[in-house]
Amino acid sequence: MIFYVSALLIIGIGIYAIIIKKNLIKIIIGLDLIETGINLLIVSIGYINGKTAPIFSKGVMNASRMVDSVPQALTLTSIVIGASELALAAAFVVLLYRKYGTLDVRKIRSLRW
Amino acid sequence: MIRKIVYGIFILIIVAAVSMFLMSYPFGSDKMDVGKYYLENTVPQTGAANVVTSVTLFYRGFDTLGEVTVLFTAALGVSILYFIEDKKRKTRIVESNFVTKVGTRVVFPFILLVGAYIFMHGHLTPGGGFQGGALIATGFLLLYLAYEETSINRAKFYLVEGLGGLTYVTMGLLGYFMKDSFLANVLPNGQLFNLLSGGIILPIYIGVGLKVGSELSNIIDDLMCEVKCDGGEE
Repeated sequence: MIFYVSALLIIGIGIYAIIIKKNLIKIIIGLDLIETGINLLIVSIGYINGKTAPIFSKGVMNASRMVDSVPQALTLTSIVIGASELALAAAFVVLLYRKYGTLDVRKIRSLRW
Repeated sequence: MIRKIVYGIFILIIVAAVSMFLMSYPFGSDKMDVGKYYLENTVPQTGAANVVTSVTLFYRGFDTLGEVTVLFTAALGVSILYFIEDKKRKTRIVESNFVTKVGTRVVFPFILLVGAYIFMHGHLTPGGGFQGGALIATGFLLLYLAYEETSINRAKFYLVEGLGGLTYVTMGLLGYFMKDSFLANVLPNGQLFNLLSGGIILPIYIGVGLKVGSELSNIIDDLMCEVKCDGGEE
């Protein structure tokens, strides 16, 4: 249960950072927080009480003692996508800083329409 | 102030909606449906000990091919974004200290070794191509942090990256022509817990590991050259 609560908390903090913060770096940190929270949420949805990781080893050969493996595989995908997306966002921020000399979204005028 | 309150209520509504959805899936309860099939059939069908890996590369291999494509597109995007900008790169170097330099020289080969170990044992232990590739890229990041004059050979990294991607597609096409479907298992499953087991998972993960490692190294090269070579406008 604590995993659900903390995952929702992290997602909430991330949305807050994206909406309220004016610094582009902080907005990117908010994006990363949302992604981390969602990964935690997906993995904790797949958890089943009293079962172990879905990896066969010499000690654990019984498939009925393992948790669901699909959410973990999906999270693996999501982490990689998140890392690459973060790199792309950082590149955009560097370009914006070079062009406008500031990271404050209120001062980057041509973003408004 | 009033804006913050309004947005706070907005966030609370989102969180409440998600938790209402979660109410129907209590924590720790057994809600496996398709997962049961995977857990029971992984060993006879794929020969891999790690069920997560077999789901990623065997049952959902096409999905992972799309993921690799997304990663490639992001790396390409970073490269393009930096290519557009000016070529006049001024060097303003921050000297790293002695400990970093010597420590990097000691640790760097072991980082590469552990990265290779992780992506080669993806079908047996927790890990796989993406994790091993990320580890290899952190080795190169350390190299960049320690030695200012570091510059990876982009052409060779692109070659490795292309070969890694080609391995994946080639295995898929082999499955298409030799068996019935794209990414079908064309290699023998082997003995469980052996290194040479798991069918197509091992060659694909070696390809993915090399590809992800070189791709993330290229991204690091782009970003680090920003910090080191340009150093901001004067």
